[in-house]
Amino acid sequence: MKHREIRTLALLLIVIVGAALRAPRFIEATSINSILLWAPLLIVVGMGQMLVIVTRGIDVSVGSMVGLSAMASGMFLRSHPNTPLVWGVAVALLVGAALGAINASVIAYGRVPAIIATLGSLSAYRGLIFILSHGVQVDSNDLPDSLSRWSSEGPIHLGGVTVPWLLVAALGIAALAAWFVRRTRTGRDIFSLGSHPEAARLRGIPVTRITFLVYAITGALCGLAGLMYASRFGFVNPGTAGQGLELIVIAAVVIGGVNVTGGSGSVVGVLLGCFLLGVINVALSVLGIDATWQQLVYGSVILIAVILDTLARRSAMRTSGAI
Amino acid sequence: MTRSTLLLTALGLVFVAGCNRDAGSAASTDTPSASKKLKIVYIPKNTGNPYFTEVNKGFEEAAKEIGADFSTTGPAAADATSQVPIIKEQIQRGVDVIAISANSPDALDPVLDEARSKGITVITVDADLVGNESHRDAAVLPADFNTVGTSQVELLGELTGYEGDFAILSATTDAPNQNAWIAKMKETLKDPKFSKMKLVDTVYGDDEPQKSTTECEGLLAKHPGLRGIISPTSVGLAASAQVVDRAGVFPGGPHATGKGLELTGLSTPNQLKKFVGTGAVTAFQLWAPSNEGYLAVYLGQAIHLKKVIPAAGADFETKKLGKVKFSSKLELIAGPLVKFDKSNIEKSNF
Repeated sequence: MKHREIRTLALLLIVIVGAALRAPRFIEATSINSILLWAPLLIVVGMGQMLVIVTRGIDVSVGSMVGLSAMASGMFLRSHPNTPLVWGVAVALLVGAALGAINASVIAYGRVPAIIATLGSLSAYRGLIFILSHGVQVDSNDLPDSLSRWSSEGPIHLGGVTVPWLLVAALGIAALAAWFVRRTRTGRDIFSLGSHPEAARLRGIPVTRITFLVYAITGALCGLAGLMYASRFGFVNPGTAGQGLELIVIAAVVIGGVNVTGGSGSVVGVLLGCFLLGVINVALSVLGIDATWQQLVYGSVILIAVILDTLARRSAMRTSGAI
Repeated sequence: MTRSTLLLTALGLVFVAGCNRDAGSAASTDTPSASKKLKIVYIPKNTGNPYFTEVNKGFEEAAKEIGADFSTTGPAAADATSQVPIIKEQIQRGVDVIAISANSPDALDPVLDEARSKGITVITVDADLVGNESHRDAAVLPADFNTVGTSQVELLGELTGYEGDFAILSATTDAPNQNAWIAKMKETLKDPKFSKMKLVDTVYGDDEPQKSTTECEGLLAKHPGLRGIISPTSVGLAASAQVVDRAGVFPGGPHATGKGLELTGLSTPNQLKKFVGTGAVTAFQLWAPSNEGYLAVYLGQAIHLKKVIPAAGADFETKKLGKVKFSSKLELIAGPLVKFDKSNIEKSNF
């Protein structure tokens, strides 16, 4: 494990121990289940966001992509009630990948800076959700029971704790991402591109293609996360589905040690970052932190973690003699 | 592109994105007409909320009956100030009547005053400007708000045998309806009839699925023997139903402790059909939201044409809803609460 991952792990343990000391119920089954259900969405979207940030980009449209995929697949399942779920997965992936490909084209071929391109699509995709759904939400009785079982059932039971299928799927995707970045040529190219774009170009790395790929992958992952959202919450509301997710995902990825200036980051780090944010979120409610304070506390914790990370990186650079 | 132009473009886009969000995704159906048709706009708390979709149906029905030019537009999120730019737009459009479900009891006062100074009739629907009633002409409320809190506690009592700890899962900390009901619930609990029921916690899900889910799970973690949860908001109740269903703590559920937890509150029937089926929810309440929209159109027309001057105790009559009386705060009540359970939920479809 690398330095940064150890720091995230330490932070995770500190928060867990701190919360458990103040409210012993925090380490009981109900809260643990809550955390285990909170993390999968973040992990799946986080893997894409990691690849994007490693290439020195950013994708702030993920919340809207998750929402639109959730709505599209939810509406599909509503109008085809007896269809096997695999078709729902296909619709979600397809919609997500298409939305990601639009971002990717604008950024890779149109050479529009990623923050601007995805800010535009953040708003545009949210608008599309309303147009597609006519502003009407998909209710719980419109969705098949098999979908909600993804989050209520799972292969491992320990005491009252269930490891849900959603988490199993998310960890599977994380494993796939780890294999992709370490063992494939393309995966390694992503990191080379991020650490030194000019050198990467000179070495013949297909910069445009790689850039396209990371945003398209992120879109597809958001598609899958959209269906996971529908499973987790049981209904899809056009206004709130996925709203604000971008902030949480980017925070999880950065706290997980992915360098915002590109070139470095790890799957394990991002996993830890996702669990850390999940733990903080659930802790706020179990500790009974006053509702009027929660947003402030949540935002501050994220800021502090990122500042600590930046300070540590700066001192590491100083000792290693770099600028 | 230089760095500074890049920055400017970025700022510009942030601004545009921000505005879009404020203005929401308008489901506007307005068509400017040359005739002297009454122009009515309805501004819900947020778009996509099935509850306000139902209110809207009443608006459409009544607007058709009187031949008014009706449109609706609302913010994407139910923030206190998100309705301000929308009201400004509608003033510019020159509407005759603004019907609004207010997201804040006071943040809208100045802009509503501006509308009224231009001769626009302002009617609050479902959510009033509590404490600032002078900034609107009249209000249409879904049910006698003084009875909602009491009815909800009474329903939970019926379900739990009038005993045990219970909690409330509300919307935002500053939502006027919610706070008025919670206050009334607390008052009701003082009645000896409810002496064995104890309110142990009040949490806020901000009418967001994610937050409401986390808060409901937090309640189950904090209070293992909880007998009841009242969520008097449709997003909160739908999210909680999913949590309670999954946790299996409802009466007869696989993980119920003792007699199990009774989840109830206010919701549209469609949202909870599935959970009444699984047993996660036994019964809940609501009024007929479409009646509010219906009444608001007739009331708006009458006030705008000066056929009616709202006064405490005065009658107002529509063919469909009969005679209703203005309260001292110039409120009209659109109908009583209805209880939904296994016996009637399949018959309703909204």
